[in-house]
Amino acid sequence: MHKFLIRSFVSSLVLIFTLTVAAVAKDVKAAFVYIGPTGDHGWTYQHDVGRKAVEAAGFKTTYVEGVPESADAERVLRQLANSGHDVIFTTSFGYMNPTNKVAKEFPNVKFEHATGYKREHPNVSTYAARFYEGRTILGTIAGTMTKSNVIGYVASFPIPEVIRGINSFTLAAQKVNPNIKTKIVWAFTWYDPGKEAEAAKALIDQGADVIAQHTDSTAIVQMAEKAGVYAFGQASDMDKFAPKAVLTSVENNWGPYYVDRVKAVANGTWNQKDTWHGIGDGMVVISDLDSQMPADLRSKVKKLQADLASGKVHSFTGPIYDQKGNLMVAEGKTADDGMLAGMMTYVKGVEGDIPK
Amino acid sequence: MIKIVKRDQPSRAIFFFTPVLAIFLTLVAGGLIFFILGFKPFEALKFFFIVPIADKYGFSELLLKATPLCLIAIGLSFCFKSNNWNIGAEGQLTFGAIVSGGVALLFYEQEGFYILPIVILAGAIGGMLYASIPAILKTYFNTNEILVSLMLVYVSKLILDYLVVGPWSNPEGFNFPETRQFSDSAKLPLLFEGLRIHAGIFLALAAVVISWFVFYKTYLGFQMKVSGFSLKTAKYAGYKGKKMIILVFLISGACAGLAGVGEITGPIGQLHREISPDYGFTAIIVAFLGRLHPVGIIFASLVVAITYLGAETAQIFMQIPKYTGQVFQGMILFFLLASDYLLFFKIKFIGSKK
Repeated sequence: MHKFLIRSFVSSLVLIFTLTVAAVAKDVKAAFVYIGPTGDHGWTYQHDVGRKAVEAAGFKTTYVEGVPESADAERVLRQLANSGHDVIFTTSFGYMNPTNKVAKEFPNVKFEHATGYKREHPNVSTYAARFYEGRTILGTIAGTMTKSNVIGYVASFPIPEVIRGINSFTLAAQKVNPNIKTKIVWAFTWYDPGKEAEAAKALIDQGADVIAQHTDSTAIVQMAEKAGVYAFGQASDMDKFAPKAVLTSVENNWGPYYVDRVKAVANGTWNQKDTWHGIGDGMVVISDLDSQMPADLRSKVKKLQADLASGKVHSFTGPIYDQKGNLMVAEGKTADDGMLAGMMTYVKGVEGDIPK
Repeated sequence: MIKIVKRDQPSRAIFFFTPVLAIFLTLVAGGLIFFILGFKPFEALKFFFIVPIADKYGFSELLLKATPLCLIAIGLSFCFKSNNWNIGAEGQLTFGAIVSGGVALLFYEQEGFYILPIVILAGAIGGMLYASIPAILKTYFNTNEILVSLMLVYVSKLILDYLVVGPWSNPEGFNFPETRQFSDSAKLPLLFEGLRIHAGIFLALAAVVISWFVFYKTYLGFQMKVSGFSLKTAKYAGYKGKKMIILVFLISGACAGLAGVGEITGPIGQLHREISPDYGFTAIIVAFLGRLHPVGIIFASLVVAITYLGAETAQIFMQIPKYTGQVFQGMILFFLLASDYLLFFKIKFIGSKK
């Protein structure tokens, strides 16, 4: 009898759930515009994982991959807006101007632009993740695990997003190991396995025994595996590509945000906003910690993760000095979002200059 | 029994027939690929080749896409006709765009009728300067123009990267790799309200007319043709080879540069890292598909342009991977080269004897 009750209760719950989902799913259709192929195992791959979460929540989705940031982006956006899509996610910085342009022509369609800053019309929102929080974790691990005290870092483009990551990483590494140096190689690409592998090789040759990356392919972790040094996965859990080298990965987790926003469109509660979520909101996720790391480091990382999530710890807490020794953030203060958004100077301990 | 026989002379009719055959074979093979991938072949082909241009907007986008392809291909036909293998139109496009974009930025927030002509001219000069490098190296140092022009493509993209990341980046743009938006006076006028098709199409049409005139009505066109058939003959006839090589490269570079101008002062309106989805390379397919003939190139640029649009539509409405567009472009070239075999050979069916 008990069992029967529970079973009917559960099944009615499932029924109600399915009905609500079906009712919501009736109308709203979401579209996603990707810069790369969905199989890149990095940036685009993770956005597509987010899209699948929207599908799983009962909504119809469409995606277009490999859309160049040239004049073509505008046409793809207009086509999507014209073919019954209610909300369009444009997932690369270069879509910023076309997104705002098309949004003006389709005031009833909502536009969500990733990593940009222009919201010229009420139907445009922007969103990005506080990846630098993840890099605080990586820096802590790198500073502890390095033996040569030289840490390599493959960077993409000298924009605040990337500089912020390098700084956050270096500050965290210095905290656990004041002697470390971060060496940077600029690959000037977001995704080019050949160039990325070369950059990693150059850093390993210069004595780096831990490699971090701010580019999207799996080439770097694979190169690290071959050379017998440590590395971190970028965007998705890259452990399976280099099981020995990868200590952990920082995953971009867009699913919850996407589901949330599409639901808001369905309920008529969508409003313009600028979202910048980190570990606390689950947009930045730390993958499983590798067992090669000592147990006390693992528990330290777990605690740091919890503190970053709760806001108890901030990645940029003073005193922070730049390369020349000028004070950037005073003791006891934390950098505000305005400073983070425009960050274009290295902190002390980073080697080299920002390419100009 | 089937026998393959060499033709006494390349067939003139076949010369213009094979591009059509190549397109037909591409459609058949494309349909087959769709079928293997599990899509309905005819529906897929419809979304690929008909739906994208079924309305006014779609058709205007087709012309917008075909404009740079046509312009570059016309320029390339000057080179290819005279046995000069300029593979670096993409670099000339990029460098033309850099020079013209730089001039447009100089006139930031200024108005005036004189700005646009200067911006356009700057683009043509930029393309010519860049094309003169492989031309001069070829004529005076005997280097291989294929390698030089191709390598210079990557150099031009790095220069563009450097400029938009560094000195030319938008001061209000949080260091993102893009310049300011050009002022309206530096932009090509739109032809119709609400459509993106711009005055650049007249540049392409002018190039078509001029090239036809040069190819078929001038001494230079004749020289190019002779050099194309046989360099030795050209030399024997006393043509000044070096001058011609440099001239065709300059023309080709100017056309590619103008295509770059059309993109940045037309639909894009600024400089950033990705101004061309490899038009300079795709235009090589266009030039050959059009048989290096001005009118042929118009048709070829429309056919190739539609593979871009179709790939987007097919993905939006049928979830066919967008990269099939590139497969189609590759197949067109492949079948064209393959069916060129028929130019020199014919197939004979012979009744079997017992």
